Amino acid sequence: MLHLILFSVFGLVCVAGAINLLVQSHPINSALSLIVVMGSLAVEYLLLGAEFVAAVQVIVYAGAIMVLFVFVIMLLNAGEEERTKGSRVSLLIGIPGMIMGSVLMAWVLITHSGTHAVEAGALPGAPREIAQLLFHEFLLPFEVTSILVLIAIMGAVVLAARPEPLQPEGKN
Amino acid sequence: MVPLSYYLVLSGILFACGVTGFLIKRNIITIFMSIELMLNGVNLSFVAFAAQWHQLSGQVFVFFVMVVAAAEATVGLAIIIAVFRTRETLNVDQVNLLKL
Amino acid sequence: MNPDLHLWLIPLLPLVGAAINGALGKRFSRQAVTGVALLFCGAAFGMALWVASQFSSLSLPHAEYLATWIRAGSFQADFAFYLDQLSLVMLLVVSGVGFLIHIYSVGYMWDDGGYYRFFAYLNLFMFFMLTLVLASNYLLMFIGWEGVGLASYLLIGFWFTKDSAASAGKKAFIVNRIGDFGFLIALFLLIQHFGSLDFTTVFQKVLPLSPETAGAGLLTAIALLLMVGACGKSAQIPLYVWLPDAMEGPTPVSALIHAATMVTAGVYMVARSHVIFERAPSALTVVAIIGTLTALFAATIGVAQTDIKKVLAYSTISQLGYMFLACGVAAFSAGIFHLMTHAFFKGLLFLAAGSVIHALGGEQDMRHMGGLRTKIPWTFWTMTAGTFAIAGIPPFAGFFSKDEILWRAYQASWIYWLIGLSTAFLTSFYMFRLWFMTFFGEYRGDIEESHGYESTAGHSRAGTPAPHDQGHGGIHESPKVMLIPLMILAVLSVVGGWVGVPGSLGGNNRFDKFLGPVFHATAPDVNATHASPGELAPPEKQTEGTEPKTGPATELIFTGISVAAALTGLYLAWLLYLRRPQLPQKIARSLNGFYDMVLHKYYVDEFYSTIFVKPLIDGSRAILWHGIDQGVIDATVDKSAEEALDVSDSVRHMESGNVRSYASWVAIGAAAVIAYMIWVASR
Repeated sequence: MLHLILFSVFGLVCVAGAINLLVQSHPINSALSLIVVMGSLAVEYLLLGAEFVAAVQVIVYAGAIMVLFVFVIMLLNAGEEERTKGSRVSLLIGIPGMIMGSVLMAWVLITHSGTHAVEAGALPGAPREIAQLLFHEFLLPFEVTSILVLIAIMGAVVLAARPEPLQPEGKN
Repeated sequence: MVPLSYYLVLSGILFACGVTGFLIKRNIITIFMSIELMLNGVNLSFVAFAAQWHQLSGQVFVFFVMVVAAAEATVGLAIIIAVFRTRETLNVDQVNLLKL
Repeated sequence: MNPDLHLWLIPLLPLVGAAINGALGKRFSRQAVTGVALLFCGAAFGMALWVASQFSSLSLPHAEYLATWIRAGSFQADFAFYLDQLSLVMLLVVSGVGFLIHIYSVGYMWDDGGYYRFFAYLNLFMFFMLTLVLASNYLLMFIGWEGVGLASYLLIGFWFTKDSAASAGKKAFIVNRIGDFGFLIALFLLIQHFGSLDFTTVFQKVLPLSPETAGAGLLTAIALLLMVGACGKSAQIPLYVWLPDAMEGPTPVSALIHAATMVTAGVYMVARSHVIFERAPSALTVVAIIGTLTALFAATIGVAQTDIKKVLAYSTISQLGYMFLACGVAAFSAGIFHLMTHAFFKGLLFLAAGSVIHALGGEQDMRHMGGLRTKIPWTFWTMTAGTFAIAGIPPFAGFFSKDEILWRAYQASWIYWLIGLSTAFLTSFYMFRLWFMTFFGEYRGDIEESHGYESTAGHSRAGTPAPHDQGHGGIHESPKVMLIPLMILAVLSVVGGWVGVPGSLGGNNRFDKFLGPVFHATAPDVNATHASPGELAPPEKQTEGTEPKTGPATELIFTGISVAAALTGLYLAWLLYLRRPQLPQKIARSLNGFYDMVLHKYYVDEFYSTIFVKPLIDGSRAILWHGIDQGVIDATVDKSAEEALDVSDSVRHMESGNVRSYASWVAIGAAAVIAYMIWVASR
């Protein structure tokens, strides 16, 4: 019972955050709501017993990636979005479409999946077990991802670097 | 006891919100954040199924998704900075030089 | 068993000459081209003579097999050659006259820029013609048949930059083609019913059949279709229209192809197929009627022509009509006899006309000639021999052959004889008209005498023969290389008929006897009288070799009548063109409408043009060109290209540069794929 209540509460927080992300016009507000979403998702993970994943979610996702987002928003001094004709049209079509799609999907899922329940903390995802999997069965993807991260870092540095001045300054 | 389908519905709603934001927003950074939202929704789905079938590989996969999302966010934001330098705008509708 | 005579060499030698001259002749000197051409043609003639010398020791007919060509099921056609008396006569005539004309052409075409090309084509023609006469089956003969048509086209349009020459060549080929269509269908019928095209096989199968008396039937159909082919090739009604136009070609071509050899291929073919024709009496009647009408018709046109070559062209058509008349009354050897003498005197007449034209620097209109007999005496005397021969005045060659035909025609029906006699009168008239207008009286042309003005025009490269001897000093005789063939042919025109002197005049008609084994042994068994379909059908069926119904005295009377007709024509021509030259114009004016019609060849060309040519061209233009080619084929290709353009034009809006629209497309696509997968999974 408690499981259900907790799930619903934090589920509603997730959805509220997501909708707020769509509604807000200034990107910083959207970023903050996204952080809220990630936080409540971490709780959801905990409810499912995935401790390691929840911790990583908060540390990496909410703590690093979203901070990066906020820095970039700050750096580029992004302002509010203007309202143009195109944006009004897309809002008019998009929001009802999304709602309809979600309702349809929810109905399909609920009626067809049965009520097989998942217990709280059904699968304890202790770091030890995860590490076992990570370094045994999933060693190759692990190594590849690490190289991927390395490449991403290098790429980011190159892409975001200030371009060299094309002509040398005058002799002074 | 929460049925699996509830988790999937939640995941689906998050994903749908992400897609909607991706389609209707004009600020590049907001679009990026919608992508992250989508990825999160998918992560929830993975973890839910991992709990359902008692397979830890679901959670391991979530781990990988996060790592890749991080890398992608890094490079993406770097590109956004580069584009901003040349186009002076964050409005994605104005980055349309590839128009036919 | 006969020794192998290597008959295949006879056609092949000129082919080699044609190949050498055609491929390399451009780089040879004139002398080299001449040497090659004369060598190979002469070699063929020499071989023909050698074969003739071996002839008496052969058992006939003599067939030589070279290689198998087609073998399809039970049908087989070979490269095989056939020698009997008929083909020997044709062989000697073709190769002999051909060789003489080759020699003549050396002189006539010397200044032409396409000299090597001319001799290549001429040798090619000899190859095809010799194949035609030596072939042992209809298919090989058809190759020769088509090939001479091709050579004729090439040679008529020799000066191809001249529009009229090119059109004339086309016309000849196309009209020939129409005849060939009939020929081909006859071949198909032969294959269908007799399973072979080989002469020996077919004729053996046809031999025991009785004549088709009902006027219809397989043999009649085959014979009539063969006749269609002969009408095309030998310029009979209704397919004669190409021959007058063919005079656009150089005069040696007119002599060789359109007088002596190619146009006689039809007669040869009918004679060769006599076994079939004898068993299809209605077809024979048709042949005779066509021949008679053509003879008269062409003779009337020839009377009014002013171009010397056109007169000779219509004369050729008329004489061919005689040959077909002979075949039509089953007097095949008489037809071949006339073919031979005609080759001599008509070839001579054309070559002599060419000599006249050459002397006058290209002038062909008889109204600008006259009084030439003192200026070009050798040409004059040889042409005289030819003219007397064609008019049928004894003892020249034409008299014997024409007289034989008239006699045999009379025995079939007096109408044939009467028309033939009238044609003989007209022939004599227009030939002597030509003779008088060209050689007698006052010179009516423009060429200056002795100190002719200097002219820099030589023969243009592929144009008409430009006046070239104006710088030499007026009208002069042709060179010896042109005169010697004239003299040889003149001698032949005089003595050539003496091999066929009929019994009534004291000879024993050696020619007829020579060809006897070919024609006499094949008359059909049944001699019963049959219902005559019309008044022109022969009242009695005569077979070759049987004694004529009336005695030699009657024959002499008829001979006398035909000689009288010829002499009347001579007198009339002398009267109208020498004695009182103003008379023809007065007569022409008084006969106004009729004269006009004759002058315009009865407007037959215009008639054909309106009925056949114009509708065909307009129909092709409208339906085939605009309708199908442009409307369907081009349109399909163009429209599909346009469609591709339109499709890509609409699709390109996907690439708008707008990132969000890309995103939407991705989302829609993903949704579609997922929906599909769910749908598949739920089945």
